[in-house]
Amino acid sequence: MHPALSVIVFTTSSGAGYGLLAWLGILAASGRLPPGRIFGAVSLALALGAITVGLLSSTLHLGHPERAWRAFSQWRSSWLSREGILSVATYAPALLFAFGWIVLGSTEGIWAIIGGMSALSAIATVACTAMIYQSLKPIQRWSNCWVLPNYLALAAMTGALWLLALAGIFGANLSIPTQIALPTIAVAAALKLGYWRYIDRTSSASTAGTATGLGALGEVRLFEAPHTAENYLLKEMGYRIARKHAAKLRLIALIAGFAGPSVLTLAALVAPAPLAWISAVTAALLASFGVLLERWLFFAEAKHTVTLFYGAPCA
Amino acid sequence: MTSLPSAPAQKRLGLVIDLDICVGCHACAVNCKEWNSGGIAAPLTDLDPYGPEPLGVWFNRVHTFEVGEGSASRTVHFPRSCLHCAEPACVTVCPTGASYKRAEDGIVLVNEKLCIGCKLCSWACPYGAREYDYDAGVMKKCTLCVDKIYNETLEEADRVPACVATCPATARHFGDLGDPESKVSKLVASRGGYDLMPELGYQPTNKYLPPRPRRASPEKGKPAELAPAVPAGSSGFLAWVDRLLSG
Repeated sequence: MHPALSVIVFTTSSGAGYGLLAWLGILAASGRLPPGRIFGAVSLALALGAITVGLLSSTLHLGHPERAWRAFSQWRSSWLSREGILSVATYAPALLFAFGWIVLGSTEGIWAIIGGMSALSAIATVACTAMIYQSLKPIQRWSNCWVLPNYLALAAMTGALWLLALAGIFGANLSIPTQIALPTIAVAAALKLGYWRYIDRTSSASTAGTATGLGALGEVRLFEAPHTAENYLLKEMGYRIARKHAAKLRLIALIAGFAGPSVLTLAALVAPAPLAWISAVTAALLASFGVLLERWLFFAEAKHTVTLFYGAPCA
Repeated sequence: MTSLPSAPAQKRLGLVIDLDICVGCHACAVNCKEWNSGGIAAPLTDLDPYGPEPLGVWFNRVHTFEVGEGSASRTVHFPRSCLHCAEPACVTVCPTGASYKRAEDGIVLVNEKLCIGCKLCSWACPYGAREYDYDAGVMKKCTLCVDKIYNETLEEADRVPACVATCPATARHFGDLGDPESKVSKLVASRGGYDLMPELGYQPTNKYLPPRPRRASPEKGKPAELAPAVPAGSSGFLAWVDRLLSG
């Protein structure tokens, strides 16, 4: 599948934003939020800013962005529509949470509940994003049960690392953010490795034989394509990435996304003050880059059944 | 509304494509382009049509496959277009309501005025039936010539999709596949018509008829030999001329 930059930026940026919002909401609901109105203002601005940049980026690949509001109408059947509604709806509890925290200086009582609601709404939005991909049967590498946990874990991981970076910058106690970040990185890495293992060992039940229905007569090979130049289908669905590059890029994504941030998170916990927050910020930046690369691979390595009509050996 | 019709009609209009007969002439694809360039989905934009990298919208594409090995192998021409599925995920994924399946006859259409051009429907179609119009910024697809098959200003015989009307080999048939007594349904039953990628569960309306089995006897289908111009052992004037010229 064609890795469109706007969609990659959208899913990773809003993923990190929703992840951060979710952790802030969960910490508020459990009464363990680092204190300080300015910390609240900066962290919520970062979360909502990342979400907003992502959502705006997602409209860039539309043919008619001015009609984007129509996407709120088909929530009964469409995961994209559900995602659109939830992504906008999440602003309501998030802005109330911000009002309580920043203006009134309270994250307790009703404001803690609103924080918890923000977290639930953020998690549900990321789940909808994942379901857009997981529900597409023609793409076997997306239509499997690894996709939803991967999206949730990667959003939680980048959110947790940005929380750690903010806590480091504001000189807050790093023990809670570290306790969140380290296990989330481990879970996300395990899920990503599981996903890659799964897609390497399986392929779609559909073949050129079932696509044409001619499989019973023998091996089906493309003799002549319908057109000599490219078309929309080949540009959008026919994107291919060389296997050797995929292996190298996966390694870079693993190091930047998971291994590097783990070491830097541990360093942030034990290092003295300036080094601690530098480590924490580097961890967040490195992980964000790693997840960007991972998301590029998620698209570039996905195969669509339409390529079976154009001579692809499997999908 | 992109939810599927809750009470779909019995009528399911679609195509039956005979892979035994198709000669791969692309006339169906060309006439489709011709009709729909002036139909409800018009224009079928072509970018750089006379340049080195032409890129255009087509609703019908004719692939050619080679199947099997050696002397048992065969060449099969394979037209590919929208199958107007009973379970079209291209419709249900649409966030705006632009994609819809008609309750009255099962035709899957795009309302271009509602389409935001997110392209998700084309990802959801396993058959590559939908092609994005980069110029108009909306998705386009086969309409089953909905503006032709119900057009009462045309002769009744002409109220069939453009691809069917033009096929010089009669490899394409149009009719109601929801009616088991219709001509097309009987054709499908008699020839073992099948669905493409049935494992994905889209339940296509269009059916494909498989190539007929090859002739098993080496005598049948053998190239005919010309009878000798002068049968052996003949006499007379022609035999004399033959002897004279052969010598």
